[in-house]
Amino acid sequence: MNLAPIIIIAIVVILVVLAIGIYNGLVQRRLRIDEAFAQIEVQLKRRHDLIPNLVNAVKGYMGFEQKVLTDVTNARAAAVAAGAQGPAQQAAAENMLTSTLRSLFAVVENYPELKANQNVLELQEQLTTTENQISFSRQHYNATVLDYNTAIATFPNVLLAGPLGFTKREFFDAEPEAANVPNVDLSLS
Amino acid sequence: MAGSTFYDQIAANRRNSFLMAGLVVALLGLLGFAIGYAIFGSLGGGVLTTAFAIGLGALAGVGTYVAGDSLVLAVSGAREVDESQAPQLMNVVREMAIAANVPMPRVYLIDDTAPNAFATGRDPAHASVAATTGLLEKLDREELQGVIGHELSHVRNFDIRFSLIVGVMVGAIAMLADFFLRFTFWGGGRSRDRSGGSAQAVVFVIAIVLAILAPLISRFIQLAVNRQREYLADASSVGITRNPYGLERALAKIAGDQEVLEVANRGTQHMYFTNPIKKFEARSSSLMSTHPRIVDRINRLRQLTGEAPLAASDEAQLAGLD
Repeated sequence: MNLAPIIIIAIVVILVVLAIGIYNGLVQRRLRIDEAFAQIEVQLKRRHDLIPNLVNAVKGYMGFEQKVLTDVTNARAAAVAAGAQGPAQQAAAENMLTSTLRSLFAVVENYPELKANQNVLELQEQLTTTENQISFSRQHYNATVLDYNTAIATFPNVLLAGPLGFTKREFFDAEPEAANVPNVDLSLS
Repeated sequence: MAGSTFYDQIAANRRNSFLMAGLVVALLGLLGFAIGYAIFGSLGGGVLTTAFAIGLGALAGVGTYVAGDSLVLAVSGAREVDESQAPQLMNVVREMAIAANVPMPRVYLIDDTAPNAFATGRDPAHASVAATTGLLEKLDREELQGVIGHELSHVRNFDIRFSLIVGVMVGAIAMLADFFLRFTFWGGGRSRDRSGGSAQAVVFVIAIVLAILAPLISRFIQLAVNRQREYLADASSVGITRNPYGLERALAKIAGDQEVLEVANRGTQHMYFTNPIKKFEARSSSLMSTHPRIVDRINRLRQLTGEAPLAASDEAQLAGLD
């Protein structure tokens, strides 16, 4: 009996099974990225919705600081528009918005009536938590992108990733200030 | 543990907890066997009571698995809150849940001015976090993040399940030992005079010794694990919040607080962020303490950031208040 055809068929079957496994693994990783990005988008959308309320609440008090308010409004419009331009662009626009919001809150500090205004305080808390949630969701998103990008660039996945249309994904970049955060050494001695 | 990373530390802790849980169950079985052999004078009797002891432990364990968290929350006088009642607490918990990558737990509030918090539940999908009103009043947002990050680390690392189930096992050992000692006291196990040899007499003595030692040993194991868990949760909290200073300030602030948490008791004290029972014996650095000293926890955090440990004078001041 000739074993050669059987061996060849067996090898082909094994290769096909391996290829299916690789393909499914990559699809799963890609889905995780989309899921993580959806989480960020929910927070970004919430922030965009909160800002007009904040602007309205402080408008009456801030006679002299109109520029701060227009900056925030413009940055918000730019961030909303950047929503369709991919993670890197979007991240840049959102970082701009974050920094204009920070200057707005810095100005609010100079107005005792505003600091005591319950409505402004609530909005400030909501924006703070949204911003924190964005930054934690971003860490999670970037981790999933790193995992996926590593997976498609390493052997043996790299052989199949290109032909099957798996391309590198963009990170949602951390804002520049984040680079200055003190370095925490997590190794325990 | 020289040079080990944070992640190695978590893995080592998981291994330890399995080992410790196994040890406590083995102790329960051993105690059951010794008691059975001593009473019935045969191997069969020993096996029977072993099965009974393990069965009792398993039953209690399952009961706790299903309803333990509700019980703990109820005895602590915690009420569930939503967005409108405690907006900032809900926000901070949501942030930390995202950061720790666990589902949003249920959030409870305890009406007490002593600042403290705990987490309970059987797994991250069925977890609850409770904070006192004092915690919300006395801590700022960053400090609250550190404390909630600590509690959600307990959730993520499955410490909440360990603490519920091992707590019950330790209780079962104490109950069984108690039962046997009373039984002996009232003249049980006399069958050894009729049928038993010297081997049974020896086992009888061993059983009495075990009945005295097993509850103590199992409690020591539980507390030793609990203290390690507190350090790990502190380190995990820093990993989650990326900010060691909030937690460090929260610890210092709570150490300096003189209020006593009325709803905490010996059964629940080990679950809290810091030991809520401020009696000297309960918080000295002995085998019987549920938490590490707060100054030791602060010093470990300072080690993470590369800061010098607390000066002796600061340490003395905080230790006096702790």
